[in-house]
Amino acid sequence: MLNSKKHKIRWGFIMFFTPVALWLGLLIVIPHFDLLRMSFIGADYLSESGFTLDHYKNFFTEPIYWLTFVRTAMYSIIVTFIVLIISLPVSFYVTKVANLKQQGFLMVLLLLPFWVSELIRVYGWMILLRESGVINSFMQAVGLWDKPIEMLYNDAVMIMGLVYTTILFMAVPIIGVMDSLDDSYIEAAYDLGAKKRTIWTKIIIPHCMPGIMSGSVIVFMLVLGSYLTPNLMGGKNSLWFTQQIYNQFILYFNWNQGAAFGFMLLLMSSIIIWIALKVTGQNLSKVVK
Amino acid sequence: MQIDLSVKELEKKFGQFSAVDKVSFDVEDGKFFSILGPSGCGKTTLLRMIAGFYEPSGGRIEIRGEDMANVEPNKRPVNLVFQHLALFPMMDVKENIAFGLKRRGEKGASVYKKVNDLLERVGLPGYADSKINQLSGGQKQRVAIARCLILEPAVLLLDEPLGALDLKLREHMKVELKKLQVEVGTTFVYITHDQSEALVMSDKVAVMNQGKFEQIDTPQNLYGKPASSFVAQFVGDNNQFVGKLTKNESGQFYVVTDDDNKYLVDSLSDTKLDERVEMYIRPEAMIINPSSDNKNLNKVKADVKAILFDGGNSRLLVNPLGGKSEMIVSLPQNRQFDYIKAGDSIEVGWDSASAACFKESGVKTYAEL
Repeated sequence: MLNSKKHKIRWGFIMFFTPVALWLGLLIVIPHFDLLRMSFIGADYLSESGFTLDHYKNFFTEPIYWLTFVRTAMYSIIVTFIVLIISLPVSFYVTKVANLKQQGFLMVLLLLPFWVSELIRVYGWMILLRESGVINSFMQAVGLWDKPIEMLYNDAVMIMGLVYTTILFMAVPIIGVMDSLDDSYIEAAYDLGAKKRTIWTKIIIPHCMPGIMSGSVIVFMLVLGSYLTPNLMGGKNSLWFTQQIYNQFILYFNWNQGAAFGFMLLLMSSIIIWIALKVTGQNLSKVVK
Repeated sequence: MQIDLSVKELEKKFGQFSAVDKVSFDVEDGKFFSILGPSGCGKTTLLRMIAGFYEPSGGRIEIRGEDMANVEPNKRPVNLVFQHLALFPMMDVKENIAFGLKRRGEKGASVYKKVNDLLERVGLPGYADSKINQLSGGQKQRVAIARCLILEPAVLLLDEPLGALDLKLREHMKVELKKLQVEVGTTFVYITHDQSEALVMSDKVAVMNQGKFEQIDTPQNLYGKPASSFVAQFVGDNNQFVGKLTKNESGQFYVVTDDDNKYLVDSLSDTKLDERVEMYIRPEAMIINPSSDNKNLNKVKADVKAILFDGGNSRLLVNPLGGKSEMIVSLPQNRQFDYIKAGDSIEVGWDSASAACFKESGVKTYAEL
């Protein structure tokens, strides 16, 4: 009896585990191993040669590559911070200020833009901001501007676009944890003499740390690996590292170099997330929850 | 005696509804003052106004003579012990207690010296580095109080802090809390719906109902001389009789109940002759099978319906004169009445002085089942 029961449990486990294993193995592990192998192999258009570190050497010797890389990393961190700073008061309003009815409405408002694809959302911004766009036409019609101003294709607009496309992924986990913060903690701190700023730094943010970290990890990864928004809103003036990878794979057909770049990106994002978790004293299992 | 807290004509309206309706009271320095009332009577609203979380719709709050209007909660010399204590889980015990001092800008070793001294006083020496979730219910209680006391508030407000504890611990903490209050000498304002907590701990109790104070008095007077029908019902157990007040030829007052019993009364508050009245008699004022020589005793024959054994708090549930109405009678556990069994017929008597009489109000402290 006991044995047969044990047997059943194992079957159930296998049934659920197999699709996950297949998914991870076929779509994540095997391709990555192949890319890793490729990144260490020298190649021209016709044939593969033996082991080489040339692709990684190229990365460090060509300033355009590693400068874009550093730029991408810095901007990703900046975007994550901006998203965090906007998300905290938004989450506070949704969970603690708004009443229950408004809360649902506000959540729908937050989610609504994400029902359309990123492409459409970015084009929305472009329609507003381009030289012949809505804002330019309006300002000229009113007579405030005498000639159109190009507002697209610079770093500021690109950062704004990235903040806009990722903010939900920060707001939702923070709203989740902030909702679980009992109001009486805030009141108790207030009662014991704390000012608003202290309540944020000593009570609300420490409580929300798991949500903040999981939101930050998601936003950082999304921004770092984002291709569409930097490309469309940053244009040629704002290089993003994903564009370099794209160029290697598609323009130069140099898969080996592209694979090396891809692994540099993976390595960097892992290191930055690891440092962030260490600094804030969180661990991955807590954040993933 | 210095007045620490003075509340005058305090009012709070939510729309048309008056949660607190022109309440006035003073609390003297070092006293334990309780506000006792059923849930929804407005006591929490009152407390939150004193703490500064609600803006009053009218009236004044003075703490040590200073008007508290437009003073933020973080600037008031009062502290609140929350119902669920609200100890900060992200900090350990010493950080919780030091929180208020640090907000005042105190720094360094002197802060933790004060914390350790206070921990000793509340009976938790050596717990400074414990995490909040490692503490028991009673220990959390003491940390929450210590966290407020370290700021030496003029008044400590407590919002039913014993509500979440189990019965045995609650009984124990009642005594502990009273001892602690006497020792530190801080003025306590305590709100509760549990009449036993209020009676055991307080110097004075205010009974609150529907936004108003029904009576402010010592626990003894509250129990012995209730000022209204509500107080008589809410504080302690009571037997209620409804009837008409009449007078006989010799000038003695009687209550004639609806099932036509006549009971002698002498304590008349606001009642008039020929008016409908409610009469209350405590279960412990009842004498089982009284001797026949006492003339001032109301006596009634009753059938024992059930024995409600509860140790020292045991009672008899009886039907007077075989009627439908019910009465509870204290049953002393000194073996004297061991012979009484369910179904027996006994006689019950009480001194007319121990009955309290009020104009019929129809107030019910609990919904009729």
